[in-house]
Amino acid sequence: MTIKVELQKIGILGLQLIWIFLHFIVSSFYFLVSIATTLESYLISCGFLRKYNHLDIDRVQYLAIVVESDEAYNTLKIIELLQWLESMGIRSVCLYDAEGVLKQSKEIILKKVKNASLFQETDEPLQLNCKGFTLEFISASDGKEAVARAASFLLKDKWRKTNMSGDSNQCFSESQMTEALKAVGCGGPDPDLILVYGPSRCHLGFPAWRIRYTEIIHMGPLKSKKYGSLVKAIYKFTMVRQNYGK
Amino acid sequence: MRIGNVWMSFWVTLTRILEHAINFIKRSTLKILSMGPIPNHVAFILDGNRRFAKKQKLVKGFGYKFGYIALMFMLKYCYELGVTYVTIYVFSIDNFKRSPQEVDAVMDLILEKVELWIKGEGFVYEYGIRLHFLGDLNLLSEPVREAVDRAMAATKNNNGAVLAICVAYTSTDEIVHAVERACEEKWDEIMNSKRVAVDEHGELKLITLGDVEKHMYAAVTPDPELLIRTSGEARLSNFLLWQTSCCYLYSTSVLWPEVNVCNFMWAILNFQRNHFYLVRKRKELKVVRE
Repeated sequence: MTIKVELQKIGILGLQLIWIFLHFIVSSFYFLVSIATTLESYLISCGFLRKYNHLDIDRVQYLAIVVESDEAYNTLKIIELLQWLESMGIRSVCLYDAEGVLKQSKEIILKKVKNASLFQETDEPLQLNCKGFTLEFISASDGKEAVARAASFLLKDKWRKTNMSGDSNQCFSESQMTEALKAVGCGGPDPDLILVYGPSRCHLGFPAWRIRYTEIIHMGPLKSKKYGSLVKAIYKFTMVRQNYGK
Repeated sequence: MRIGNVWMSFWVTLTRILEHAINFIKRSTLKILSMGPIPNHVAFILDGNRRFAKKQKLVKGFGYKFGYIALMFMLKYCYELGVTYVTIYVFSIDNFKRSPQEVDAVMDLILEKVELWIKGEGFVYEYGIRLHFLGDLNLLSEPVREAVDRAMAATKNNNGAVLAICVAYTSTDEIVHAVERACEEKWDEIMNSKRVAVDEHGELKLITLGDVEKHMYAAVTPDPELLIRTSGEARLSNFLLWQTSCCYLYSTSVLWPEVNVCNFMWAILNFQRNHFYLVRKRKELKVVRE
């Protein structure tokens, strides 16, 4: 019995060592991939890969950047990224980090980025040809908690309508939910593309209501961002065709 | 003739040996992977059935049948690895916009397979699986709705793994439904108590995040830790948008009917590389909410 237990322990130890070795091979593979990506990014930046030289930038009407909160303190990197996007012709960007670090740096970012202004929610559709560069700053409180606030808004509205008409039965629709989110100050447009700057491909709590059909591309950590990778990500997005369920 | 028989026997034996060897390698690799963190809940977006049918020059509906076979294999790998909850995106509310023939083909397949599961065939009883059907089930036709209700009732006492099947589902519809139920519940509370609670700022204490979350269709399972989408698409297509805040989103370019154990193992390896970071993020997001 003791020998069997000991053999089992040795067996498990052996499997754990193989597991560690397997992950070492996977990490080595990703290291090689990162070298190739860096090289490709350099070639794109220098214009050697011609297909990336002409981007259909009008397809990106609203771009979102999700940043890992620890990296969001690096305001200089954020400003550089926004300057790249502005030079490429992107007109509207939404900046998100879960803890609201970017909201705190809002004033500095708006001051340092050329032509930047704060995004204002209106009922008008996004202007494709506007000359300015609008920035929206959101955090986790504009996500799930905003839906709870919108639910309270709808309930208060139901209370008001019941007192006026006596009819308490009301089913909500998606358009009413959208209006309620606008009423509580969280009704920004749905981004076409989210670029995630962080260690992992994950949207980190970006407002769920706004990412129904949004493409999500992982860019790696913000500290190792590259212009060529940004161009490639946007190029890949412009090649996507969506059916929207049809 | 005798040489032909010998050759045939040789091939059959070789095929059997290869099959056993491949199964041994699969089981051993899954055993090795289980030495690291395993996701408690995996979600799948089964994308690419129609493209597979087009690629193989099949009638459109046949792509879904091959997709079902791939699904059975994926579920087997999940449950053998130790995944407790699996959620699959079978039919979106947006998919009702497809041609009636295509919608009928999918609904007929769902009805056929659900009836098989109710009879005790397939993997449901092998793994003691409890079935949940998530979505606006009122949009389904009467026979499908009735079969789905019977399947949930028949498996409600199973305490093995859980399979949540999203049918007539979109995340935005789920959120609206949850908000509606939360409002109804709070309305009844106000009507019964004849007074409304006020918080420390003097504001009406109405609906909290917890009130909304408990009415989500997917409240029967914990949040997914790994979401696998096939066909190379990089979006969630209105699936589990609320529940995937700290979920590792894995995309593979293979079409769903072509997905195999290697794709699954690669997804698990990538999950394991990102697991500790996402655990930390989940805790941080919880603190931010509080």
